[in-house]
Amino acid sequence: MNSSLLNYTLQLADNALIIGHRNSEWCGHGPILEQDIAISNIALDYIGQARNFYQYAAKLTGNGATEDSLAYLRDAIDYKNCLLTELPNGDWAQTTLRQFFFSTYQYFLYQQLQQSTDQQLAAIAEKAFKEVTYHLRWSSEWVIRLGDGTEESRGRMLHAIDELWSFTGELFEGDSYEQQAVNDGYGVVLQDIRNSWMKKVATVFEEATLPIPAGNIWMQSCGKKGIHTEHLGFILAEMQFLQRAYPGAEW
Amino acid sequence: MEIPDQHNNRQKTAAQIEKEVWAILENVADPEVPVLSVVDLGVVRNVQALATQSEENWKIVVSYTPTYTGCPAMDTMKMNMRLALIQAGYKNVDLTQVLSPAWTTDWMTEAGKDKLKAYGIAPPQYKQLVCTPDSFQQEEAIPCPRCNSYHTRLVSQFGSTACKALYQCNDCKEPFDYFKCH
Ligand SMILES: [Zn+2]
Repeated sequence: MNSSLLNYTLQLADNALIIGHRNSEWCGHGPILEQDIAISNIALDYIGQARNFYQYAAKLTGNGATEDSLAYLRDAIDYKNCLLTELPNGDWAQTTLRQFFFSTYQYFLYQQLQQSTDQQLAAIAEKAFKEVTYHLRWSSEWVIRLGDGTEESRGRMLHAIDELWSFTGELFEGDSYEQQAVNDGYGVVLQDIRNSWMKKVATVFEEATLPIPAGNIWMQSCGKKGIHTEHLGFILAEMQFLQRAYPGAEW
Repeated sequence: MEIPDQHNNRQKTAAQIEKEVWAILENVADPEVPVLSVVDLGVVRNVQALATQSEENWKIVVSYTPTYTGCPAMDTMKMNMRLALIQAGYKNVDLTQVLSPAWTTDWMTEAGKDKLKAYGIAPPQYKQLVCTPDSFQQEEAIPCPRCNSYHTRLVSQFGSTACKALYQCNDCKEPFDYFKCH
């Protein structure tokens, strides 16, 4: 088994599952019905992406794992998602800014991943890229609307930047399995998409009249290695409870 | 229910069987937009009839592609395709998911687009018009399926299902779904 390919695939799956789970927490709580539906739809897209990646990862393990066992029976230390995805939603500004940061990252990541030498990863990325395009457009509009909005909405967006900025560095910091993926030709060079990401963020922030945090800011990391904030444990406790308590339970 | 006898199929060619299978699938509806069949939607990509030595005679391989990655209707469509084929006497059926090339609304048949409009859902426009991430770009001009006015506005990019956006007509005031380009 190619463990780098497995870890690379799991990281893609875990990111999608965890941010999808966070977004799903808004279901029934969105500020207005249309936006409640929008973020629930985005959550649904993520669960779909996660399923595709987990199904592929399960096949790679060759040990009888399934998409369900990978999602429900691994511990926090096995999860490779970036810390940004597991942070609590906060208010609507924080949720939409996180979505904007992450969708911009995914937009360029999947754009490149479509050229992966691994055909399954390329196919999943090709499919998901179209959906991410909508997520990016939707979240960009919210960043602009709130940033260039009222004193209250702008204040909340500024607060959200303070809360989230130091979690964006990890997106572009490759772990050893990502480096191996690049060497083997199926992974994406993160440094390249970092430049595209910065450019897109700068464009949208300018329109939103929001400042890009200046200076050399210390960045959080290690989610990709399985070292997480305390928040992931709470997510997994809720998500995995049923399968842990009643193994193999089905609807 | 009577299950047709497949022995009649022994004399047929693979091409004839495939044609029959396409016709059967044309009656399998999308559970979320029931006026569309899985063929109208462009979800069925290929049908192959393979001759076998077994009593079944033919093995049917249907390749399909999901509309949206997270489309919850996909599992139902898959099950309904299998059931429809079983009802028609095809028991040896293989449903294979293909992700690439990714589904696009350009694959929706013209007949499908007409059915959508008659159902009150604006059919998808051509995708090169809109599928870019730039915010606040000019909105697509989507004609109202009720009065055909282009004087409409986007209410939300995400509608009642993953594949739709919500619009409203400024002239006749009708709120309507738009099957968005993809
Ligand atoms: Zn009208």
